[in-house]
Amino acid sequence: MKTLIIDDEPLARSVVKEYLKDFPQIELMQECSDGFEGVKAIQQHQPDIIFLDIQMPKINGFEMLELIEKPPLVIFTTAFDEYAIKAFENHAVDYLLKPFSKERFDKAIAKFLDQNNTATSKNNTQTLLEAVPSSPVQNNRIVVKTAGKIKIIPVEEIHYLEASDDYVKIHTKEGNFLKNKTMGYFEQTLNPDQFVRTHRSYIVNVQLITRIEPYEKEGYLVILKTGAQVPVSKNGYAKLKQVLGM
Amino acid sequence: MLIINNMRYYLPRQEKYWYVLAISFGLSVVWLLVVRLLLWALFKNETVYLAMVNVSSTVRYAVAFLMLGCMTTLCLLWYTQKEQKEMDARKTEAENLAKEAELFKLRQQLQPHFLFNSLNSISALVTSQPEQARKMVHQLSDFLRGTLKKEEHQVVNLDEELQYLELYLEIEKVRFGHRLSTQIDCEEICKLLKLPPLLLQPVVENAIKFGLYDTTEDVTISIDAKKINNDLVITVTNPFDPETSSPKQGVGFGLSSVQRRLYLLFARNDLLQTKAENNLFITTVKIPQV
Repeated sequence: MKTLIIDDEPLARSVVKEYLKDFPQIELMQECSDGFEGVKAIQQHQPDIIFLDIQMPKINGFEMLELIEKPPLVIFTTAFDEYAIKAFENHAVDYLLKPFSKERFDKAIAKFLDQNNTATSKNNTQTLLEAVPSSPVQNNRIVVKTAGKIKIIPVEEIHYLEASDDYVKIHTKEGNFLKNKTMGYFEQTLNPDQFVRTHRSYIVNVQLITRIEPYEKEGYLVILKTGAQVPVSKNGYAKLKQVLGM
Repeated sequence: MLIINNMRYYLPRQEKYWYVLAISFGLSVVWLLVVRLLLWALFKNETVYLAMVNVSSTVRYAVAFLMLGCMTTLCLLWYTQKEQKEMDARKTEAENLAKEAELFKLRQQLQPHFLFNSLNSISALVTSQPEQARKMVHQLSDFLRGTLKKEEHQVVNLDEELQYLELYLEIEKVRFGHRLSTQIDCEEICKLLKLPPLLLQPVVENAIKFGLYDTTEDVTISIDAKKINNDLVITVTNPFDPETSSPKQGVGFGLSSVQRRLYLLFARNDLLQTKAENNLFITTVKIPQV
């Protein structure tokens, strides 16, 4: 079995490495000091389990997982993150609160070996990601992967979002990016005073609206500063009116 | 009116009550002259009346002087009291804020990432480098003791505060290994200058947060202290990643509390300044020496 340690503090990695010595069946492939390295290493090694810190430079642990199509099983190692702990209590293989003891670590490994044997579906991590909106502080940006590169989009730069099959297409001045999340996810996590779901398939940044025009029967079109036109449904129009104070 | 305005902008200190007398005296003379000229102009032909005016001038002068004197005294009392109230309010607010900052500080240090991550580093060092582990236990203890002790003092010397910051930076160096280097420059004459305790801590924390926690390269954080005119000027410089953090967003929570504290202590809003230059974030704090 293969594993990776992803943590920005060398000493934190060395604790895990030391504890892992008692489990010769688990082979440590690589240590990564940030999310970017993590993404690459996961693609390269296809590990069975990873040890992942949450607070890391540039992109956090959750954001990193979002970038991977089939995320491996995860044991989180984190110092203190009440919110995250609550959220992944039911989904991650386990989470270890730093500093953790050897006994606690062994327990987490036992849990993993157990799950791996009974082959409880690997989409556990996927379920976890759907349940956890990154972490409340990080909602001011969205991390996407485009042409093999990782791009961080501050939410103010979003023009509008459009549903596109299983993805959401994020329209910005630098072009469009795809993110494998649902419209519902964005509706919940983005600031409702700034982003309004005007239509089943559209969420718009209200700060960019220049005018609203009637369109077909009972429908409207929102015209953005950029010239883009976004459909508005009857329900969406009511929401928009409320947010804009019309 | 003249008196009220005058008192509003210039409040005499306690020893200067002669000023009250002088202003009443002067104004009374002016008043007398004005009235005299006015009456002369109005009643040119009535010599009897004018003679009476001449005779009564001393009495009228006394009356005017008393009235003006009373008014000035009243204004003086009124504005002195008002100033006193404002000063008291500012003082209590400053004290409250200092307390809050300390409490916030303690919560921050005793609770989340910093403390637990430091303990985790110690846990890692215990087997591999026990000497280093022990050293870190001492550093962490000194640092925590420092936050507890400062409550009693209103001002501290710069060199004390710098020693304390160095302790904090040393701990971060153990956590992040070679990635962090620091440079502290302090002119000899600055060492004994005074500043409010824990004022620089949030500034340095902010530098660590953006310079170290949010970048992947090696970073240098520098602290520079100078004496310019009668101010202690401290500059903290850290690199930042313009892609992930935009300093445009204004001063963060940590820095806005510093700004607020400076305002309450010195009644000035220009003492904390930040700017971004070629991926370097520069925070400047001026502390007037009283």
